[in-house]
Amino acid sequence: MDRRILLNNIAVPGIRTFEVFRSTGGYLSVMKALKEMTPDDVIEEVKKSGLRGRGGAGFPAGMKWSFLDKKSNKPRYLICNADESEPGTFKDRFLMEKIPHLLIEGMICSCYALGAETGYIYVRGEFKYIVGILNEAIREAYQNGLLGKNILGTSINLDIHVHSGAGAYICGEETALIESLEGKRGNPRIKPPFPAVVGLYGSPTVVNNVETLCNIGFIVNQGGSEFARYGVGKSTGTKLISACGNINNPGVYEIEFGLSVREFLYSEKYCGGIKNGKELKAVIAGGSSVPILPANLILKTAAGEERMLSYESLAEGGFVSGTMLGSGGFIVFDEDACIVRNTWNLTRFYHHESCGQCSPCREGTGWMENVLHRIENGLGKARDIDLLVSIAAKIEGNTICPLGDAAAWPVASAIRHFRHEFEEHVLHPESCKNSAIRQLDNVQIRRLENV
Amino acid sequence: MFKVTIDNHTIEVEEGTTILQAARMIGGIVVPPAMCYYSKLKESGGKCRTCLVKVAQGSARDPRPLPKLVASCRTPVADGMVVQNITSQEVIETRKAIVEFLLINHPLDCPVCDQAGECDLQDLSYDNGKEESRFEEAKRSFRVIDIGDKIQLHMNRCILCYRCVYTADQLTDKRSHGILYRGDVSEISTYIQTDVTNDFSGNMIDVCPVGALTDKTFRFKNRVWFLNPMNANRSCSKCSGKVTAWMRGGEVYRITGRKDQFGEVEEFICNECRFEKKELSDWTIEGPRNIKRASVISQNHYEKSKKPSVILPLENRTVSLDEFKNGSNNEIQL
Ligand code: SF4
Ligand code: FES
Repeated sequence: MDRRILLNNIAVPGIRTFEVFRSTGGYLSVMKALKEMTPDDVIEEVKKSGLRGRGGAGFPAGMKWSFLDKKSNKPRYLICNADESEPGTFKDRFLMEKIPHLLIEGMICSCYALGAETGYIYVRGEFKYIVGILNEAIREAYQNGLLGKNILGTSINLDIHVHSGAGAYICGEETALIESLEGKRGNPRIKPPFPAVVGLYGSPTVVNNVETLCNIGFIVNQGGSEFARYGVGKSTGTKLISACGNINNPGVYEIEFGLSVREFLYSEKYCGGIKNGKELKAVIAGGSSVPILPANLILKTAAGEERMLSYESLAEGGFVSGTMLGSGGFIVFDEDACIVRNTWNLTRFYHHESCGQCSPCREGTGWMENVLHRIENGLGKARDIDLLVSIAAKIEGNTICPLGDAAAWPVASAIRHFRHEFEEHVLHPESCKNSAIRQLDNVQIRRLENV
Repeated sequence: MFKVTIDNHTIEVEEGTTILQAARMIGGIVVPPAMCYYSKLKESGGKCRTCLVKVAQGSARDPRPLPKLVASCRTPVADGMVVQNITSQEVIETRKAIVEFLLINHPLDCPVCDQAGECDLQDLSYDNGKEESRFEEAKRSFRVIDIGDKIQLHMNRCILCYRCVYTADQLTDKRSHGILYRGDVSEISTYIQTDVTNDFSGNMIDVCPVGALTDKTFRFKNRVWFLNPMNANRSCSKCSGKVTAWMRGGEVYRITGRKDQFGEVEEFICNECRFEKKELSDWTIEGPRNIKRASVISQNHYEKSKKPSVILPLENRTVSLDEFKNGSNNEIQL
């Protein structure tokens, strides 16, 4: 359970440069794909691999590729979604920062398979320094004939451009990303049509996550069936998990699907257990938008089985007792953490990031934040808890894009599993060690009461 | 042709028709309310979510229901699709919730709002809203601004339907007005407070479903239910010149486009007709417009109201069910 695909060579000094990357077997897949395979062969291998999107939704990548409108005579585009902004997720940044050529390699093979002559990397606005790293890698690739006109002497042309966002979480949603790339306001589009038919500049477009694309090189080199030998069941391959919170060794780890959550949390090789010898309280397993699970349910499913890091195992039990793999942002809370405060913090984020296009999300996210802020500050009422549940339920599923769901799930799940804590905050706000109320003086409290 | 069933009414429509358009062809109570969609504006719709409906059967070929409610204004029909609007409890509940969302930050200042009486949000909340509000927080608020000398913007009332943005984009050249910021603090505004000066900018007032964009030449002059809407025309070099003149006595109080039963103007009109021609002599009056009976605007125009022929003493006052249904005791004629 500890084989690796992406980070095998991460410790090689200078792996960021073309020379070193090349010497570790980098870019072999480009030669193989362009010289020995047809585009359809590549797509076939990706389908065989069972590779699923690593950005959050987990949609099979090969299937996504096959939706691309073949009849259209417009140019096709591949966009790499590097707008990694989900709180708790920092694995794409790690890949781009440490081993950028892996992404370029994957993109060349993918563009070849899709028949795209232009690729874009849409980088999160806050990752300013990464733009430079990527541009340097791209420059080296041009220099070595892997990008530009007639790649490696074939008739294939490809240009890759890096585009820096302006710091909006919503631009990680693929259609908002496309709008933003076109120079417009980053509002998600109403679907259908899907980007595979009408995408960037009205052309057929595929949008893939950084980590997804980084896997393509391996699949081309070793074949889809070899890739599918990694992992368990329908969760093939490996996954980068970015672990943070109250653990001894926060960081980015590549795990093979099927590793147990217990081992990931407690083994020295990974998180190394809870910091300061505290007890585990809860985990958000896949980036801030997935449902939070209490310690007992993250370690074992409701049916008593050992929970594993895989799409299926984490989702076991639905939203009643399960969660999602999401983007792989693994946030750990120890016994001292305050769930109410944390939930408020998350709603603050989603409220701030809502694009404001559709009414449930625009109004609902702010409402939830306000109510939670009140509870956190000792002005909650008993009925507020059910109010929150009801607001979350009315946002979920009724919005244009998944941001509404992402805002609703953390609130709904926190109340589902930690209702007593919310009640405690309403009844005895001062009893919480973390409560903001303890840091306020009477004047401030009175001011709060008056709003 | 595609066959689609909405609330048990089946109709054949062209391919590419949306569920909302099909429902409008059937007419009556199966038509979902639409606060942001505007058939004359490309790309509009999909935002307010009041038109959400349930697709109980995706199509004849794939009869599975769709997992989520869909925006009827932007979802094309499929052959054999079965749609539930008011026959679905889920849709009704969700619509209530959407109205609640639209209202939490709305100032509810109808008593001082020029739009009162012809406001889509008012109608929507009468039909689908709750009596009390669960919202206790402070409402967001903005300052009132002028965009140009003829239009005033009350951002507090805006529901961000984007109709005015599409109007400015599609009807006028040199668009200088759009949405600033994001989330619940986003606001309609003009680029660095420039005036919107374009011959067709006044149409933004007509497309606005609420009182966010109002006509400054009509501001506080009268309440719409005291006015008689009349079809009127003049020969105009910029637009068709076909308008609704809102009159009281012999005076023209304001000019708007002619709105159809779904609240959409039949034709966009120019600013000259709208703002500058306020004399009776400017117009040829064709006759009164039809106004929905349910609208408060028609309240003032009942021509006669027959008194019940016999007034029964209170204790014997029973009305048969038929009488009650037909309203034969108290007939109102328009
Ligand atoms: S000002 Fe009116 S038309 Fe414009 S977005 Fe707001 S509600 Fe819609
Ligand atoms: S009218 Fe369909 S979403 Fe607004």
